[in-house]
Amino acid sequence: MTDLSASGAARKSSLVTLDDRTRRRNAAERRFRAYGVAAIATAALALAILLVTIVGNGVGAFRQTFVTIPVTLDAQQLDPAGNRDRGEMSGVLTLAYGGLLNQSLRQSIEGAGIEVEGLTDRDIDDLISKDAPAQIRNRVLANPDLVGQTVEVAVLTNGRVDGYYKGRVSLASAANDGNTSPQQLALADALKERGLLATKWNWAFLTNPDASDQRPEAAGVGIAILGSLYMMLVVLFLAVPIGVAASIYLEEFAPKNRLTDVIEVNIANLAAVPSIVFGILGLAAFINFAGLPQSAPIVGGLVLVLMTLPTIIISTRAALKAVPPSIRDAALGVGASRMQTVFHHVLPLALPGILTGTIIGLAQALGETAPLLLIGMVAFVRNFPAAPPEGLFDPASALPVQVYNWTQRADPAFFERASGAIIVLLVLLLCMNLLAIYLRRRFERRW
Amino acid sequence: MPVFWIVSIVLVLAVAGYVAAKARVLKLAGGDSRRLHSRHVYYGWYGALLVATPALLVLAAWMAAQPVVIDRGIAADLPPSVMREGVNPAIVVQDVRRTATALSQGLREGVLTRTDLADAAAQAETLRPRLTEAGIRLPPAASEPAMLGAGGEYRARQVAGHWAMTGVVLLLAVGGLVLGHRQSQPQTRARNLVERFVKAALITCSSIAILTTAGIVLSMVFESAQFFRQYAWTDFFFGTTWSPRFGGGSQLGILPLLWGTLYISAIALVVAVPIGLFAAIYMSEYASNRVRSFVKPTIEVLAGIPTIVYGLFALMTVGPMLRDWFAQPLGLGSSGSSVMTAGLVMGIMLIPFVSSLSDDIINAVPQSLRDGALGLGSTQSETVRKVVLPAALPGIVGAVLLAASRAIGETMIVVMGAGAAAKMDLNPFEAMTTITVKIVSQLTGDTDFNSAETLVAFALGLSLFVITLILNIVALYVVRKYREQYE
Repeated sequence: MTDLSASGAARKSSLVTLDDRTRRRNAAERRFRAYGVAAIATAALALAILLVTIVGNGVGAFRQTFVTIPVTLDAQQLDPAGNRDRGEMSGVLTLAYGGLLNQSLRQSIEGAGIEVEGLTDRDIDDLISKDAPAQIRNRVLANPDLVGQTVEVAVLTNGRVDGYYKGRVSLASAANDGNTSPQQLALADALKERGLLATKWNWAFLTNPDASDQRPEAAGVGIAILGSLYMMLVVLFLAVPIGVAASIYLEEFAPKNRLTDVIEVNIANLAAVPSIVFGILGLAAFINFAGLPQSAPIVGGLVLVLMTLPTIIISTRAALKAVPPSIRDAALGVGASRMQTVFHHVLPLALPGILTGTIIGLAQALGETAPLLLIGMVAFVRNFPAAPPEGLFDPASALPVQVYNWTQRADPAFFERASGAIIVLLVLLLCMNLLAIYLRRRFERRW
Repeated sequence: MPVFWIVSIVLVLAVAGYVAAKARVLKLAGGDSRRLHSRHVYYGWYGALLVATPALLVLAAWMAAQPVVIDRGIAADLPPSVMREGVNPAIVVQDVRRTATALSQGLREGVLTRTDLADAAAQAETLRPRLTEAGIRLPPAASEPAMLGAGGEYRARQVAGHWAMTGVVLLLAVGGLVLGHRQSQPQTRARNLVERFVKAALITCSSIAILTTAGIVLSMVFESAQFFRQYAWTDFFFGTTWSPRFGGGSQLGILPLLWGTLYISAIALVVAVPIGLFAAIYMSEYASNRVRSFVKPTIEVLAGIPTIVYGLFALMTVGPMLRDWFAQPLGLGSSGSSVMTAGLVMGIMLIPFVSSLSDDIINAVPQSLRDGALGLGSTQSETVRKVVLPAALPGIVGAVLLAASRAIGETMIVVMGAGAAAKMDLNPFEAMTTITVKIVSQLTGDTDFNSAETLVAFALGLSLFVITLILNIVALYVVRKYREQYE
């Protein structure tokens, strides 16, 4: 900075007045810093937009519009024999229940004195979800004594009416829609005014099975959650022991030779293989070769086991490596065998690290979609799988696959369901990650 | 006897083996464990292992082998009236299996008796109505009496096999118990035996990684070979049209898919590399510890979000936004799913990947290099640009290659954001498709594993596997080589 040649132009520079070059360099410095801040801000903004849009679209799935009407469960129609016998009553089809519901709705409308111009019978009948009769039927079959009584029931309204109260459907769009009409929406408004129709919290979203294309209002993630849970069980019971055993061998016992080198390179590469390739493996090996059933959680679980193994092995090895050699030396010094050293001293000390890595591996497996598409988990499943172990072989869905499935349907109401399912998935992942962080904070030890 | 019970019995016997061996060896030593070669628990474990290991291994092997053996045997014994010329034997055997399942179900529900089953072929007329009445469906092929007979025979062999298995497994377990009792001597080197067993188990577990790779390669190579027998490899690798037709005459050229894949990956990298790199530089060179402690986890949250969420984001938010704000006003297209949509969203997904890898690499540059540059009077940004980045460059190249391999193999974002039309176009607002999208579309739904249209998915998968494998190996090599320089 000091200029020994003392020529005129450079004289101007001092600590008080900066010359052009210094100013340029300082500006470049500030720009560079700004780029860094901008990069971080962009990433954070992207995260915020992502979460806000998904949550914004998805909360609707947890609320649903119901119409509350008194329904007279006519004994003549529902139990012609009069024995209140479940076997006989199951002969009565949902159609009869649908008729009863429509009749009750009409009576309620008359009773409330609602008159809407141009309202057709079809508008009234279609106000109620096509799934509602089946729900009433199940309720009656579960409790045959209800027959003959008049019960107050909250029945699902059709997806368009529900969408009307969530801003998805407007009077203008209803005019061009074959599935609803402005009159129907006016009727819904009138019912709402009289307190018969309300949008309330909807537990059924978490417990119901999937529903067909025409009934978005009845669709839920019950089977998907159960299927994901079963797959996590398979991963937990297979990937964790195998992964930990493999890491123990590679970290503590393996001699340095060609074979262990091959295994190490292999694991590093497997961790980076695209997940869809594991799906192809599952299809070829587990379904076509071993003959396991399609869409079964056991197959999905096995594929996820192979996928998460590298993750678990890598984190377990890191945890084992973090245990200081002095512990091993001490154990060996007092006469323990190598096996005793590992199982009595090293492994317990590495356990918190192993647990954290395992939970993160499980979280990864929970969100994986692509390989599950290939092994038929996209199938439409209405029946809950049985309890494990048999249930592992029953068809089921999985949360991320259910999301994909719903985005492929025409009715926009399913998009709201898909976002709702994502919320469930993200909440589960959040819980798992919080648990991992807690375990790390609570038990981590530094030497 | 259900398998569950067999396993339970074996495990109970193993516990008995544990207790018995431990008690016996202690008794032989006169209650003084100093006279034993190993600690007494090891004798117990040895006894338990002798009971459980052979029995459970045989059980697993038997369960895997029995269906294959029975299928073969039945297929060989089927009369020509059932096993006709030109019919796929596998389908006939499947019908036999379904018939057998229906018959066992009938027996379980009390519709049929054992004598009915022993001679199913002779009672063909009466069996079907009785089963139908009970709500059990026989496959259509079972109208043939011979098929019913085969079904009965299949069931008989299944039952016989099952009982034989139960017998053998339990016999082995009891044998193990006896052997364990005999071997429980104070001089037996029980600890060494148990440890040898444990080590063998550990080795088996670590070789599963190799088995997986072998499984991946084998499954794809065999099916791909079958594909190339039906479809010329030159047409596959150099064909510029992708139009699968299940009626035949499909054109299955990989080039349009490869173009879509590379185009989308390139956009993703253009988004992710600068953002990720600058974020990493800022965090490792500028940010205070406090800022770092909440910015780093925030960016890592992006890495923990499943790809399906990004896919939904592309489909519901980014796609329509790009269409309404850019593509339509500019007259570039009217499709919500486009290369740009998928590329942008995939770029967001890759930010944490690039930033955490670069962060590691930048932190590995020795502090002395920075101190030298700062000491000569360069500003912090000059130090980063002229000293730190050049030193970290090989590692950063490795990180970018790893990110590229991620982008190429990514599936859900492109399935939901990029579209399904196989095109070679330059317009980034046009829907295009990728290798992974086509693997999904060719392998979901009803698939016939003999047609080229299905098998092509395996060839695509193999190509994808090879591309990503090469990228990964090069990246790991570059990263590793670079790390050695400063260690």
